[in-house]
Amino acid sequence: MTEKRTRELKAIAKEIRTLTIDEIGFLGVGHIGGAMSVVELLTLLYNEHMKVDPANPRMADRDWLVLSKGHAGPTLYATLALKGFFPKEWLHTLNTGGTRLPSHCDRNLTPGIDMTTGSLGQGFSAAMGIALGLRLGKVKSTVYTVIGDGESDEGQVWEAAMFAGNSGLANLIAFTDFNKQQLDGFTKDIQNLEALDDKWKAFGWFVQRVDGHDFDAMDKAIRAAKKQTSKPSMIILDTIKGKGCNFAEGLVSNHNMTFTMEQANGAIAALGADKPKTKAKVEVKGSAKEGKNGK
Amino acid sequence: MESKEMRAAYADTLVELASKNPDIVVLEADLMRATGTGVFQKTYPDRLFNVGIAEANMVGVASGLSATGKIPFASTFACFASRRVFDQFFLSANYARLNVKLVGTDPGVTAAFNGGTHMPFEDLGLMRTVPGLTIIEPSDPASCAAFTRIAAETYGCFYLRLPRKAAPYLYPADEKFEAGKAKTLRKGKDLCFVALGSLMVNNALAAAETLNKEGIKAGVIDVLSLKPLDAATILKAAKNTGRIITAENHQIAGGLGSAVAELLAENGVQCKFKRIGVRDEFGQVGTQDYLATHYGLTPPDLVKTAKAMM
Repeated sequence: MTEKRTRELKAIAKEIRTLTIDEIGFLGVGHIGGAMSVVELLTLLYNEHMKVDPANPRMADRDWLVLSKGHAGPTLYATLALKGFFPKEWLHTLNTGGTRLPSHCDRNLTPGIDMTTGSLGQGFSAAMGIALGLRLGKVKSTVYTVIGDGESDEGQVWEAAMFAGNSGLANLIAFTDFNKQQLDGFTKDIQNLEALDDKWKAFGWFVQRVDGHDFDAMDKAIRAAKKQTSKPSMIILDTIKGKGCNFAEGLVSNHNMTFTMEQANGAIAALGADKPKTKAKVEVKGSAKEGKNGK
Repeated sequence: MESKEMRAAYADTLVELASKNPDIVVLEADLMRATGTGVFQKTYPDRLFNVGIAEANMVGVASGLSATGKIPFASTFACFASRRVFDQFFLSANYARLNVKLVGTDPGVTAAFNGGTHMPFEDLGLMRTVPGLTIIEPSDPASCAAFTRIAAETYGCFYLRLPRKAAPYLYPADEKFEAGKAKTLRKGKDLCFVALGSLMVNNALAAAETLNKEGIKAGVIDVLSLKPLDAATILKAAKNTGRIITAENHQIAGGLGSAVAELLAENGVQCKFKRIGVRDEFGQVGTQDYLATHYGLTPPDLVKTAKAMM
């Protein structure tokens, strides 16, 4: 990756981080910690690797993303809004009645969301099914999926891990957002996941581990994963929970936090970014009825 | 009376459907030999996925497959299909408005020698609370085949509840069925059994025959579709006979008995009403006959209940 491209991606990431802090700050409460740790990953996927069309979110030969750690939805919404899937103004409707941007991802509400997630472990299995369905249909797309480190406590993750390894789902690239923290504390104190690399290798996956805030390292890992022909890929991302949000980063209790707009504005200023310009009051467009039956 | 294994009716229909529709796929969780889909694997080895003993992942994978346009049928014992993977089926399949057909075999006392751990008396109660879910319990091989076809051809989630073993044909092979439509197998003047599933429909028919010999004209409605429920047919029978007895191989709480009680009460129908079913008990091991007797599901139990209402 060229230095110029890295600089461009950093600028996009700053905008996504800013939009996400502003989005959650406008509401006053949300999953800021795990939203911040995936900013660089989602920036890279949507701006460098994924074939998507904001005008046609269900395009047959698109690449898919299943954000199995569905509570990081706000970051994905900011990423999709910036790509043009829907107006940025929607971000201020997060979690308000009738919104199309619910706390956890919903494939029937939000353009660009490929799978409904939120009950941890479930999106990961669905990603395997999507990869299998695309392979059966001879569609040459890649399925990306993101699980949390805390989510990896779920038994369903390991059921799916065994299935994908044995099924040789090479069109699947998974990421673990290993930010070392879960709701109740540090993962090493709740349920130690290490040696996480070895666990995935034992399940028959192609495993890499890189810095999840380093574009160049992640880009190289994704390119290596795409070359796989017989194994699904797990890229373990060493990340920092709350990364880049000055009042949240480093806090043990940053999984789901209340914070004021002043705090949000302070965090945005600390990033050297401008506060997003959005209307104070936003009309909710569309309704849950649209997209019924997944069509 | 001619009969056929229900699982064979299910699996043969899947094979037939798959020959015309490449999107039909089958998922199993190491119960293929029990649920009978081996014939599908033999015909379409690339379209049957045995995920191993991992029901949660099976339902998740089925949901993902359906997101890509496949039509997945996932089968396992009804106890696992309901209480073990309720959250997965609820969220990944139903809440996500996907197109997953979940098949639960060995319902209620038909689990017999697998005993209390494997005996679902609560699956229908759980499933009825899932918004928009279609719940079908076929009563014979013809309805089993027909509803397998209907499930494949109708977008949306289905829960099919079926015993594996042979059941007698109650309908010709070309009989037309529809979700939300019951069948009146026998018209009654004095009372009507509203029954669900092959065991209870056949027991209701036997009970009606006995009652008829004693001068009590009992009708039998084969419910088939618990959700949506055929309100018109049941309400009409209640008004015409004034006596309704529901019969289900399930807890009386949450299943057919509850659904019909709600229907009658909300429509202000004044009639005598009794529920045949399991009364707040867990399952246990035994032959199917022993269990049906223990839980009061036999034709004599139905006759006794009917006579007490007259």
